[in-house]
Amino acid sequence: MRSDIEVGRGNREGADLFRSWFNNLSDVRARNEGAAYVFVMGSLNELLLSFDMPVVFPEITSLQMAVRRVAHEYLDEAEDHGYSPDICGYVKADVALQLRKGQHPMGHVPKPKLALYTNACNTYIKWAEIWERMHDPVKIFAFDVPGTRQVGGQTWPGSQRFENDRRYVEGQIRELIEVCEGLTGQRFNIDRLRQTMGYANRMSLSWKRLLELNANHPSVFNALTDGTIYLGVGNAFRGTEAGAVYFERLVEEMEYKAKMGIGTLGEERHRLAFVGVPCYPIFRRFNELFSDWGGTFVSSTYLWFASGGANRGFQYDLDRPIESLAEGVLLAVRDAGDSMLDQYNVVRNMVDEFKLDGVVFHPIKSCRTVSTGLADARRALMDNNGIPSLFIESDMMDRRVVSEAQLKNRVDAFFEGLESRKLNAGEVH
Amino acid sequence: MPYAAGVDVGSTQTKAIVIDEQGRIVGRALTDTGANVVQAAENAFQECLRAEGISEQEVLYVVGTGYGRYRITFGNTQVTEISCHGRGAIHLFPNTRTVVDMGGQDTKAIRVAPNGEIVDFCMNDKCAAGTGRFLGAAAAALDIPLGDLGTVALRSDKPVKISTTCTVFAESEVLSWLGKGKRLEDILWGVHTSIAVRTAGLMRRVGIDDEVTFTGGVSRNPAMVAAIEERIGTKLNISEECHYMGALGAALFALDHIHARRQPTHETEAVS
Repeated sequence: MRSDIEVGRGNREGADLFRSWFNNLSDVRARNEGAAYVFVMGSLNELLLSFDMPVVFPEITSLQMAVRRVAHEYLDEAEDHGYSPDICGYVKADVALQLRKGQHPMGHVPKPKLALYTNACNTYIKWAEIWERMHDPVKIFAFDVPGTRQVGGQTWPGSQRFENDRRYVEGQIRELIEVCEGLTGQRFNIDRLRQTMGYANRMSLSWKRLLELNANHPSVFNALTDGTIYLGVGNAFRGTEAGAVYFERLVEEMEYKAKMGIGTLGEERHRLAFVGVPCYPIFRRFNELFSDWGGTFVSSTYLWFASGGANRGFQYDLDRPIESLAEGVLLAVRDAGDSMLDQYNVVRNMVDEFKLDGVVFHPIKSCRTVSTGLADARRALMDNNGIPSLFIESDMMDRRVVSEAQLKNRVDAFFEGLESRKLNAGEVH
Repeated sequence: MPYAAGVDVGSTQTKAIVIDEQGRIVGRALTDTGANVVQAAENAFQECLRAEGISEQEVLYVVGTGYGRYRITFGNTQVTEISCHGRGAIHLFPNTRTVVDMGGQDTKAIRVAPNGEIVDFCMNDKCAAGTGRFLGAAAAALDIPLGDLGTVALRSDKPVKISTTCTVFAESEVLSWLGKGKRLEDILWGVHTSIAVRTAGLMRRVGIDDEVTFTGGVSRNPAMVAAIEERIGTKLNISEECHYMGALGAALFALDHIHARRQPTHETEAVS
């Protein structure tokens, strides 16, 4: 183990990479070239990069507006344009972004020339239709991944039914290859695909290891704040050498922190899991509501369902790239959908693995897809696992429905309960 | 003689309670919160001391609670009203397992363990439907003193159904029923039932276990007590002290500090 590792370099290098990704997108916009618009659940970044297509993640460009505290300007503009306050904040922010010709607080976002989505989220479909209306021409490619949101009813590798599902996805990938050839004028190069998939393999291995490392006492990264940086890099740089190297260095740093006993807080009093999507409008402050009490997020379902399947550590078979890509996409998108639909199954495994003291459920107003079922998951967790939990609602984009005073009151009461529980159990004096 | 105190700065009223070393209530005071939260807390506390002839030096520990708890300049520490209502309810009614607290701006359902530990809680989010404010809007619309709402509502025999859940729109719905010739008591019972339905929903989310204790200012309203009891099919524990339950719980937490330390201090220390 090296002893000269700079603690915190992962966050610094992640921020640098992220800025470089945006700078690259600004260059594409400046050249008036289009990009592929994709989503975190089934981006097929590996394939698109093999055609040298610049990739935009609208979910990420939207959330960055909230982190940079300007989301309300974009949301207001979209609502003035006729979009209801009730619909997805990511969509509305993106609509305003398109109206502003890609002007973004981190640079300029190119127009879509391809919109690629899966059925992991129902909103993706309508979102792509908006681009189709706003920009002409945009090629829309809908990926139908069988078995999503069917917890307990999926097919698995080794069965004929799974093979049927995999071949169904493979057929769509082959169709997408033809679309990409048409859009870029480049012939499909299977060796380039092998290369991007190889990088994705390295990243997936590291990502899985990273999640496991946070079972350490004290935890080596904050799954809510640090984790979101990693998630951004993981999606934007999936299938790139820079991404693979970044995560290998990140694992190296976290292994060093684990060995040296370097945690995220002075005193880690309460180990928590976060369920849902972060509260980006007050991103840092939201975390402080917990860290002020010595609470740290050691795990988060967000790092599972929004990691593009990297949480599974799935390794592509580079001897049969297209076939294996289909298998990876099938498993990853399905896993993302399932872990949103039935987060209880994800969280209950975290309880022992991460030695949790409590679980924070955070439904958000503008995404019912990810929030539906959280109340049931919480009830199941409390009944079956007896672990304290907190249920607080706000939003990932819209500060109008984020009430810090109300959040703080509930968070304080939650920690008073945790402290009292520990006191009664004789763990603290 | 050493005392402990709790001050509950709520959205509409501020309550203060002083207890002795055995946890017996020796003084209480109530004042409107108004715009000056700091002054309201000070007034309630001082009034409480003055009425019972207790000097400030005799109060060894003060815990603040309620939305204005961080503004209490003379307090030693702060505890949320969720924990305080749970603690106070268990103190007065030891078999309490569910607490429902209805105040001016929010309604809470709290599940407590036999040792007073908060097992779970649930509150109204983002809007004041189902809270005391809803009653205030109805009282204003019907030009009836807030304190008379309950007794008038209990005379109802043909209740109307209030369908809106919005506190602002409720006023126009109440007026529209008046325009249709409905009697005051029937409209008011409808208002109480509407709140009870939402409150019972909150309670079910944390689980309704015997015994249920009703706390907060609205617990003095007999129609609200009856409406909730009818909805959940269980008698509610209520007492004169229920209005002061947050302050009582805070005073009990203050007493814990005195017992734990036995070292008087008036230094302010925030726990969070």
